[in-house]
Amino acid sequence: MTDVLIAGAGISRFGRTEHTTGRAHAVRAVRAALADAGIPWSRVGAAFGGSDAAGQADTLVAELGLTGVPFVTVKNGCATGGSALVSAVNAIRAGMADVVLAVGFDKHPRGAFDPMPADWGLDEAYGRDGLMVTTQFFGMKINRYMHAYGISPRTLALVAEKAYRNGSRNPNAWRRTPVSADEVLASGMVSDPLTRYMFCSPGEGAAAVVLCSPEAARTMTGVPVTLRAAVVRSRRFGSFEVFSPWLAAGELTSVSRDAAAAAFEAAGVGPSDVDVCQLQDTESGAEVMHLAECGFCADGEQEKLIAAGATEIGGTLPVNTDGGCLANGEPIGASGLRQVYEVVQQLRGHAGERQVPGAPRIGFTHVYGAPGVSACTVLSRLSG
Amino acid sequence: MLAGSHCAACAVTVYPAAGQCPRCGQGTSPVTLSAVGTLWTWTVQRYAPKSPPYVPPPGGFRPFAVGYVELPERVRVAAVLDTADPDAIRIDLPVRIEATAGVPRATPIEEG
Repeated sequence: MTDVLIAGAGISRFGRTEHTTGRAHAVRAVRAALADAGIPWSRVGAAFGGSDAAGQADTLVAELGLTGVPFVTVKNGCATGGSALVSAVNAIRAGMADVVLAVGFDKHPRGAFDPMPADWGLDEAYGRDGLMVTTQFFGMKINRYMHAYGISPRTLALVAEKAYRNGSRNPNAWRRTPVSADEVLASGMVSDPLTRYMFCSPGEGAAAVVLCSPEAARTMTGVPVTLRAAVVRSRRFGSFEVFSPWLAAGELTSVSRDAAAAAFEAAGVGPSDVDVCQLQDTESGAEVMHLAECGFCADGEQEKLIAAGATEIGGTLPVNTDGGCLANGEPIGASGLRQVYEVVQQLRGHAGERQVPGAPRIGFTHVYGAPGVSACTVLSRLSG
Repeated sequence: MLAGSHCAACAVTVYPAAGQCPRCGQGTSPVTLSAVGTLWTWTVQRYAPKSPPYVPPPGGFRPFAVGYVELPERVRVAAVLDTADPDAIRIDLPVRIEATAGVPRATPIEEG
């Protein structure tokens, strides 16, 4: 199969502003990605993108230029960016175009997401009685996991402490002030065992990448990175998802496990080959569980790994080097491509203060979201 | 009594009752679930959920526990956990679960 390269990557400043629209974030990220690749918008032969709540991606042509480019809007929750990537890869491999854009962006109001029962096919009672709250799901999943595998609250706090420390080294992050593990533990219980600073906040931002064939890359100025795999999966029976009135007994299945395994198989490498990775960290417990679900350790090993600093920028498996969702916030449509942007910087050696030492060669990204969707990528530095 | 449904082919039981099995899509038969099980996991809702859809009780919002109760029919049912002693909540706690006009509610069973 034809290799697909990422020739340019761009990002906007994540956070929360009064007046910047999600679409304005998207335009900034796309222009940055084009500049990084060293190409004009007119060189883009196809585009895929989307947001969850900030408008329709294909309308961005009004700002980017009315070139007639086929621009397909995708909407796939937390996998929006990943779905745009998969579409872009397929467009290049199918010969639809040799230079393709993928963009994800979003902007959400302050506070927790507030879904309505009918939209989820649930009885109104689940909303009325206070069970339509996403933070309950996160609290219950990690509570069970901690019980089964001996994870301590301090480990959850260390995950958040690392996220804010990494965010302080990232000029595009929202939360750039370090917070200690003790402060995280004392920040007020939200959904036991998770405290306030263990959760990310809905926010705004955008990220974009320019993908191309190896032949097209030779005409561009950006340092290309190989996209070895991009995979999207939905849940199988037996998983534990938000807003479930019931769960099947027995071992849980995991869409993250399925998506990660498929990505590694397609890339021809395994978790032990990965030098830097970005994992969905909606809250601290998610990063802990996703380490195991994506194959980076056995269940329960996180307690020692995290205490030993393995997931720090200087550790054996740096995780969420840009601060993850905890430091960048969660603009749903943007997070997947934010992760890809970060891995591209790391593999190029352009990550500045947060650069992983030792010239990382292989990177991995993972998003997970409701109601049981996951997108993973494997990227590698060009050999030779 | 909790009214669930069962798919014999998949050995899958769900709550509330559904016409189709979520695993295979075939028809199901009604089943009454056990009233006693164990707490599989739990958390505490510390802040008032957004209204709507949440309707606080007459006395106003107070933190409440929620969890999944694992029943012998091999299904875990989401429920509000009513307890006077929140510090005693733990995984594997024996509980009684019952249907209400709203969501199922569970109460710890006195031990000993």
